[in-house]
Formats: sequence, structure tokens, C-alpha cells
Amino acid sequence: MEDKKLPLRAAIAAGVSRTAAALSRATGRGDGSVIGGKLGMMIDPDLLAHLAAGRRIALVSGTNGKTTTTRFTAAALGVLGEVATNSFGANMPTGHTSALARAGSTPFAVLEVDEHWMPKVIAATSPVVIALLNLSRDQLDRAKEVAMIAQLWRDTVAQYPNLHIVANADDPMIVYAAAASQNVTWFAAGQRWRDDAHVCPACGSHIWRETDGDYWACPTGDLIRPTPQWTIDDSAVIDPDGRRHELKLQLPGRVNVGNAATALAVAHWFGVDPADGAPRLSEVASVAGRYAQVDRKGRTIRLLLAKNPASWLEAFDMAEDAPTLLAINARDPDGYDTSWLFDVDFSPLHARRVLITGERAYDLAVRLQVNGVQFEHVANFWRAVEAVPPGRLEVIANYSAFQDIRAELDRVV
Amino acid sequence: MSSSALQIVWVYPDLLSTYGDRGNMLILAHRARARGIPAETVEVFANDSLPDGDIYLLGGGEDGPQALAAQRLIADGGLHRAVDRRAVVFAVCAGYQLLGSSFFAKGAKCEGLGLLDLYSDRGETRAVGELAGVVDPELGLPTLTGFENHGGRTHLGPGAKPLAQVKVGIGNDNQTEGAWLGTVLGTYCHGPALSRNPALADLLLSWATGEDRLPELDETWTSKLRTERLTANGLA
Repeated sequence: MEDKKLPLRAAIAAGVSRTAAALSRATGRGDGSVIGGKLGMMIDPDLLAHLAAGRRIALVSGTNGKTTTTRFTAAALGVLGEVATNSFGANMPTGHTSALARAGSTPFAVLEVDEHWMPKVIAATSPVVIALLNLSRDQLDRAKEVAMIAQLWRDTVAQYPNLHIVANADDPMIVYAAAASQNVTWFAAGQRWRDDAHVCPACGSHIWRETDGDYWACPTGDLIRPTPQWTIDDSAVIDPDGRRHELKLQLPGRVNVGNAATALAVAHWFGVDPADGAPRLSEVASVAGRYAQVDRKGRTIRLLLAKNPASWLEAFDMAEDAPTLLAINARDPDGYDTSWLFDVDFSPLHARRVLITGERAYDLAVRLQVNGVQFEHVANFWRAVEAVPPGRLEVIANYSAFQDIRAELDRVV
Repeated sequence: MSSSALQIVWVYPDLLSTYGDRGNMLILAHRARARGIPAETVEVFANDSLPDGDIYLLGGGEDGPQALAAQRLIADGGLHRAVDRRAVVFAVCAGYQLLGSSFFAKGAKCEGLGLLDLYSDRGETRAVGELAGVVDPELGLPTLTGFENHGGRTHLGPGAKPLAQVKVGIGNDNQTEGAWLGTVLGTYCHGPALSRNPALADLLLSWATGEDRLPELDETWTSKLRTERLTANGLA
């Protein structure tokens, strides 16, 4: 917790940041991951750059999977030494500042970064590696559209020829962004949601996709799927030497095998042998409440976060065949627009008992009716728990609804 | 109806589909089938020519795809022929703009389809948020409610009627919202506009089938949704 290398002003700011964060947690007001950073940056606006100096840093960004991939990467890098990380999903500079201040001096840091903030955070933290996961529609009333983010990243990447990039070969938007660099490691994590990548971001032509495979290409030849060095096969990651690393993840779903491959690729760039990194990933049981299992009132409740169409598809892939509660809000962190509910096909839930709740449950009700999915509306989370028989209850919720439920469960992590 | 089943055509989902636009197709098919009217949905990509249909749906889109969609539709000619035979066109957001004579995309003025007497330019601010308005009495519909997200402003000529008078939000220009003429109707309520406006969905179905009196459906959840949204907007 010593800040030996920091200038005096930065040291004071870092101390205030840590104290405020501890107070926030002690008073039960939050994870302390934002307030501490805010106060620290008021005292020293360059605090993030000061705190980043001297560490070897990886940044992780993308629409989905960034919190989990950040956690996996931090776990794998732990092979080499201490790692600072913003493990609570607070992914803007206040969260980064707070995380680095809290960790004290560490040789490494892995930071999850909101897509829009990438240019500024790259400039402030001078990372060794950035991981670019995927881009799809998310909170369209606030976020920039997918193609604009891809362009923003492309322009940014072009300014840092020495920055190494670990990027998803299966997402044309990511390939467009990363291909501005000569310094890329490609991984293939699959792309279940493809509706935001029909059109080549470079020329506007239709992207051709192989029917029974992963290959894709723009017919004009200006963008084609790069050959990935890292791939996945069932529950295993295949490294660039063709070595197979069988994972025993606690986190469910194929998407998390892809996140694991990304994390191992990033850690490998720092010098971690994937054979050493892989076992560390199986120690991760939940990520800021995501995938957490909690026993209450005789029910085993599992929490899945789904914030946009792509992540709902992944959640259905993970959820077991059990009564399922869907919770929907539309507050600021969720976006005020619920239109995306119609981009999700809820038919995988047909044969299950479905309960719905949340501030925007009626939007979901109309969607489910059109989808032919039977459901029951309940007033709140505990009503749902009481309504289902003892045993498993799957909960799939969007961001603020998820945080509300997590608070009901004593801020489970 | 042109064949035994109602043909609902989603125009260019590869270009014009930003956020829940699929919903309008799903809702129309659901509300037709719930009344025993067979309905087929067809998704036509921009490389293919438009087929004959009863209802054509156009969604929202980013600037580049919007401009490309307008070029393709002008070259195809299918939508003009459809309007000539009084097929129904329901367009939202970018799809609505390109029905006019011109619109702006990527800073350039683009030629539209000229199916509605209107043109669009850029507003000083982006219109993002709830949108609600009192619908043209001629259409006999309750208050329009939706969510808008667009940077354009739309100016109606004498040949197009406003769909609604704005109560909440921006719509065309702070005064009016959307436009219609004959069986062509456009709105800035983006995405699944029909989810909150089932009566508008039924109006489109009536136009397409010639059935003025469609059997009533269970509106429990659509009513709760409308009441909740109109209350949130101070209009209940």
C-alpha cells in the first residue's frame, strides 16, 4: 500500500481515494470503486497517469465479456506477480484510478475499459497490450453506434504502432479496428450474434460468411478474417504452438471459454505459459456477482447478467433448464430504451417456467407474448423466490436490475 | 391481400435494422395470426429485388446504410410499384426519412424515394428520449407513444399529413411527428414502435386486409405497458 514512487500531490490524492473507497464499502453504499477515484482525481487530475507509471498494463474492452476477461487475465498474470485490477466493473477513469490506488504498487495491472474511453485511457496508462473483444448494439440511446466505435478504435490504434493488440478474428468490426496495426495477435472466440456485422465497415459491401464454418470476407477483399493464432475447441484453448489446454472453468457457457482464450493470449504476451495460466482460470467462481450462486430459502439462485441482445443469447446458452426469473430496468446505466427486447429471441425459454419483474417488466411482457412464451409477472425478486419450488432458480437480469438483486443478496461477489 | 396469406416484407434488415426493428414484423404477424389470418414474413436483403407483398416495413439505420438503402430502393422500383397498388408501407426513423424527397447522411444531401411529400435535414441537437403525441383524428387512434433517437428534422409538404401533434419529445420538428398519406405511414418512434401502439398495428392490418373490424385481442399487457409509459410521460 505504499506509494513510494508517486509525487506528493499524487500520493495524497491516492490516499484520499483509498479512504473514501473504504468508507463507501463500510457504509454499505457501494463497492467503493468509483467514489474513491472521483475524489482522488479532484486533487490530482493526472492521478491515473501517475498511478499507471511503472506498471506493465493490459486494457480489455468490447461490448460483452470485458469484466470476465479482465478477471481471467488478472488471474493468469498472477503467475508472474501481483496484479492490480478493477474487478467490480467500474470501467471509466475514476474506476481505474480507484483500483490502482487501492492496490498500491504492483508490477502489473489489468483494466477493463468502457469502449468510449479507450483513447483516453490508452493515453493515460500507456498499456503494453490491449484486448479488443467484440462490438455489438448496446444502449443505443446513449452509446455511439457500432460502426462509430470501430472507427474510433481504428483511428486510436493507428497512433500507437508499438502497442500490441489481442483481437477477435470472428468479429469484422473488431478486425476493422485492429487491422490498422501491424502488431496483432488474433484469437477466435466465435460470434453468436451477427446482426451488427452484415456490412463491411470499410466499404459498405455485404460480408460473405461461410455457412458451416467461421470464415468470412468482404467480397472486395479489403477486409477478410485473419487466421487466428488462438482458438477454442469445446472446453479447451489451443495455443499458437498447437498445444491444447483443457480448462476446468467454474463459469458456464462457451462464451467464457472464448474469454479464457483471450486472457491466456494477453498473459502470454507478458510471458505467461498458458499451461501455467490455465489452472488459475478455474479458480474464478464469479465475477462481481455474475454467475454467483447463492442459497436462500431453500433455493439455489444463480445470477446471470445480460445487458444487450448478444449477451442474452449467451445467457440462454448458460442457463439450466429450471424456473427462470427475467428482470428488466431501463435506468441510466441500462439505457432508457427497451427496443432491444425485440432483438432477442426468447423462444429457448418456451418449455421453462418464466417469471418476470423489474421496472420495465411490461415491455418484456409484450415481447414475450409476441414470442409465444408463457410467463408470470411478480412484484419483486423475493416474490419470485417464494413462487418457485425449492431447487434451482436462474436469474437473468440487465445491469441495474442485476445490481438491485445483488443488493438483496448482500452484494454477493 | 395479394395471396392466401398476408405477406409482410421486412425491407433490407441487413441495412435498416438498428434496435428492435424486427419487432414490428413480429408484432404484425402475431396480431394477424391471433385472429386466424395466415401471415408470412419475408426478410429481403439489399442484394435481392423486392417481392410482391401486402405490408412493407422499413427500419432505422446508420448514415451509410441509410444512403445505400435509398439507392437500392430507387434502383429496384419495387416499393414504388407496391405503393401504386396500395400496399401498406410502415417506416420508422431512417426508413421514414428516406421515403421523402431528400435526407442528409454523412453530411451530404441524398435523394429519397419521394413516396411522401417531405424532406429531412439535420437538427442542431440529437433527439433522444420518449416521444408522444395526439394522433390525426382521421386515423382514429389513441395517443402515440414511443422512443425516438435521431439527428434529423423533417419538414412536411402539403401532400403529407402529420401522424401526430407532439406532446412529449421532438418528432419532426417539435410540433408534429411522423407523416402519412394513403397507405404509407412513417414515424420517428423507432424500433418496435408497434409494441406500445397496438391500435396502429391493427390499422396497418386493416389497410392490408381490407377488414375494417378486426376481432379484439387480449390487450392486458399492452394496456399495462401503455398506461405505464403514458403515466411516466405525464399523459395518463
